[in-house]
Amino acid sequence: MAPIDLKSPEVQIREVRLGSITGFSGTAQELVGCSHARSIREQTRSFQQSMMCASSAAFCQLSMIMDAAVVNHAPVGCAGDFPGFEVTYRIGGQERDLPPLLGRYFNSNITEADTVFGAAEKLGRVIREVYRRVRPKAIFVTTSCASGIIGDDIEGTVNDAAEELGIPVIACICEGFRSKIWTTGFDSAYHSVVRGLVKPPRKKTRKVNIINFWGSHIFEELLGRLGYEVNYILPFSSVDQLARVSESAATIQICPTLGSYFGAALEQIYGVPEIKAPPAYGLAGTDRWLRELGDVLDVRDAVEELIVEERARIEPRLAEYRRKFEGKTAYLTAGAAHGHAIIALLRELGFYVKGAAIFHHDPLYDNGDPASDALAQDVRLYGDVKNYSVCNKQEYEIINLLSRHQPDLLVARHGGMAHWGAKLGIPSFLVDDEQFGFGYQGILNYGERIEDTLDNREYLANFSAKAESPYSSWWLEQDPFCFLGDETHVEAY
Amino acid sequence: MSKRTEAASAQRARTKAPARTKAPAPARATQPAPAPARTEAPARTEAPARTEAPARTEAPAPARATQPAPAPARTEIQAVADRIYEHSLSIAPFTCHDENPEAIDSPLIEWSRYTCAIGAQQSVVAIPRAVPILHSGPGCSTKVDALIGQGRGYAGGGTIPCTNSGETEVIYGGEDRLRGVIEGSFKVIDADLYVVLTGCTSDIVGDNVASVVGDYQLAGHPIVYTETGGFKSNNYVSHELLVNNIIDQYVDLNKSSTGARRGLVNVFASVPYQDAFWNGNLEEYKRILEGIGLEVNILFGLDADGIEEWHRIPEAELNIVISAWCGLGIAEHLAERYGTPFLHFPYVPIGARDTSDFLRQVVDATGQSGKRRAKAEAFVQAEERKFYAHIDTLMDFLLEFRYGLPREFFTLLDASYALGFTRFLLNEVGIKPAQQFVLDDTPERFREEIRARFGEVSHLGLRKADVSFLTDAGIAHDLIRTDTKSCRLLIVGSSWERQLAADIGADLLIVSPPIVYRTILGATYAGYRGGIRVIEDLYSLVLNVFR
Repeated sequence: MAPIDLKSPEVQIREVRLGSITGFSGTAQELVGCSHARSIREQTRSFQQSMMCASSAAFCQLSMIMDAAVVNHAPVGCAGDFPGFEVTYRIGGQERDLPPLLGRYFNSNITEADTVFGAAEKLGRVIREVYRRVRPKAIFVTTSCASGIIGDDIEGTVNDAAEELGIPVIACICEGFRSKIWTTGFDSAYHSVVRGLVKPPRKKTRKVNIINFWGSHIFEELLGRLGYEVNYILPFSSVDQLARVSESAATIQICPTLGSYFGAALEQIYGVPEIKAPPAYGLAGTDRWLRELGDVLDVRDAVEELIVEERARIEPRLAEYRRKFEGKTAYLTAGAAHGHAIIALLRELGFYVKGAAIFHHDPLYDNGDPASDALAQDVRLYGDVKNYSVCNKQEYEIINLLSRHQPDLLVARHGGMAHWGAKLGIPSFLVDDEQFGFGYQGILNYGERIEDTLDNREYLANFSAKAESPYSSWWLEQDPFCFLGDETHVEAY
Repeated sequence: MSKRTEAASAQRARTKAPARTKAPAPARATQPAPAPARTEAPARTEAPARTEAPARTEAPAPARATQPAPAPARTEIQAVADRIYEHSLSIAPFTCHDENPEAIDSPLIEWSRYTCAIGAQQSVVAIPRAVPILHSGPGCSTKVDALIGQGRGYAGGGTIPCTNSGETEVIYGGEDRLRGVIEGSFKVIDADLYVVLTGCTSDIVGDNVASVVGDYQLAGHPIVYTETGGFKSNNYVSHELLVNNIIDQYVDLNKSSTGARRGLVNVFASVPYQDAFWNGNLEEYKRILEGIGLEVNILFGLDADGIEEWHRIPEAELNIVISAWCGLGIAEHLAERYGTPFLHFPYVPIGARDTSDFLRQVVDATGQSGKRRAKAEAFVQAEERKFYAHIDTLMDFLLEFRYGLPREFFTLLDASYALGFTRFLLNEVGIKPAQQFVLDDTPERFREEIRARFGEVSHLGLRKADVSFLTDAGIAHDLIRTDTKSCRLLIVGSSWERQLAADIGADLLIVSPPIVYRTILGATYAGYRGGIRVIEDLYSLVLNVFR
């Protein structure tokens, strides 16, 4: 694990920095074992399906800063993710009762001529035009495969523009081809924020940074009770607010897959302590997370009170759900840290987790602390997960696994996956709001959602009877991991 | 109908439309920096769309909308957002109405609504039982899908095989990786046609995809390839390239016969998915062409007959291009290859007037005479009767509705739709054209002809429609925001125009991608049925602003 290096314009990719992998099949315990023994090995697939790239993950965070503009230095197709994030931004703003701000996103339209003559000069013109149109407090420039391969001098271009315009103009190096793990794009976004926006603390505040997507605002009540204030980042934050995240009392991760780099950077550079226990999912997980929060914020007694109170409050309904779900089986497919959270929630509610197809695996996070390993915590608290695979969102593997295991429930944490559960007639739902399952109440929220999902099955039965599948019968009879194992490309990582 | 609408509007709220009519004409024409027109328009400063949004959006209205009047104090973040919003309102326009918008040299694209060349993956998805195989970086497919995708079709979305090219493929070449993915695709995905599409990584690095795919072609696999590196073109251009490559590399080897078959036509119209109504439109084209006695290769969508239908392309007696420009490259290619003549109908025919014109041109071009011709004309007459019976029903509403209807419209569409909508709204519905914006990066060589057609939109020759060809829709937005028209306005555009429409109190009909705020499955906006559907959608949303 290399220390955070703000001198470099780009962050090292996760494969190199954390030894993260995208291919594995075995049990959860085996994966935890080899992660801790540092004997984890990457495996790649000779057959693959389309994934997602780092530039979308970077844009997903940067596009939500209220007074920054984003320039996507790329052919126009790379801007295809603009509308989805713009609507997230607009609906999120409506939910928070904010005025109708527009997400201001621009594409530099790299053309064939640009690939021959270079597009850095054009990028400079784009940045100045964006400034004229929007007068933002900061401009981020996200890169693309095309700009990366033709070798545009992004750093020089943004530095010149920053000097001329008098606002931060920051490169976010996030070419899709650099990493097979799209969450590297989150690291790129945070690297550019820490490098370009965050200033040294002037004083300490009673704010707590919450690195999250655009989930529901559940932390006001908790932190208010403990005498602290919320500071949700990056979505719906401002440039000035981000400059001051170094002054906060602590940093909370809603999902360390998302915020690993940011949390570690704020702690290493500015001494803002990161809560290192895995996020609060499941009873014991929530106890542990709250106690660490109590230690860091120096509110131990208040936390102990809260634990007793909240556990007693949810106990009766939790017992009902456990009775109801006893003997039922579940499968899940999700990104790494949040997948580990879903395992805890399902086990807590009495499900038997038949298997998990998780997009990638980080053997350690940027804080380098094995205490943050949520999968290890799952195995310790709830036992092994027998069919644990790291699938990099490979749909064909998941369909094979689901048809094989026929669980009673599928929980998905990425678009397009619940659909396959439905095709197979398996009650399925997508976890859209990460905060939905957080803490003690989150267990009940999940229980309610699952109860409804298992109950509402007329339309699924109707659909699955008629649904078509492009997958060959040959494939459904194969070992789901028969394309996995080609290790010829590991060297490059 | 008028009764129902009267009843609905009896409880009319203070609408946005009147707010606009009261707005003093901003002093935009005189334009010096100190008095930015935008801040003066009451529609923007006094009525932030926040308060209006729940009435208009289909998104769940926040529960607090029902809270009693005294607003709670703004939280810190809300106060910051308010200041940022005020700042955004204070920025002067960057365009000037006296300037020719096409002369503005914009280096960027804002509010983009088409994708890059690799967007042709959606054209492959639209062919029954065909599957695209991307030799590209890991995110290309998802980004195309995010902009123009609708569901997954047969093997689109997350099913699309991809090499997910990384550093290794960029440095050492990706041909081996591509072979692995092609072979896996043959085994895992049941398909009749496999189409390899390259991305920026492969096209810049220079992988020899022709040779890789060539080996499989020689072995008899139904596989073709197209170079679609994103920097090369957009998905209108690459759609043509894709179809031509399928014809050259696959159809020609499998063609059923070469002789022209009387009564068989190929239709090249919608770019699938880029035209959000492609499925419904193609269905309507097939229906009406069959209605005049033709047999139709529609090639894409739910009414297409799969790969067998592609085998029959060379047999057609006529190729029909229904599009301003995209598709001409296919017809020209087929004319060269098989000598097939083509008919170019240069816009989307919406409603009876243009659809009947279209069908009569097809009848002439297919040389029908006697009984066949009479039968075709009878079909046209019958469709017109139905269409105008509906217009008759509508007419009371158009003439008598007292609370205001949109009187002028802007389009922000591709050339085919912009021209089709301009003609339809003016000639069939009585909404007059304001400025039209064609945003599909129309190649230079087609522009003058299309511009001339905008000059001839009025069937009585009463007016010309002004049109600007732009790739950067930010310029169009800025011009519309600072426009001084006082009547109720209609914008025919995309979800990108949502806030713009709210801010100026215009109605917005979403037709072009990105489509975020509406659901489109089988609806058609083309032909006779399309005209009726447009009217239903348009006036439903016009009426939906009332309380």
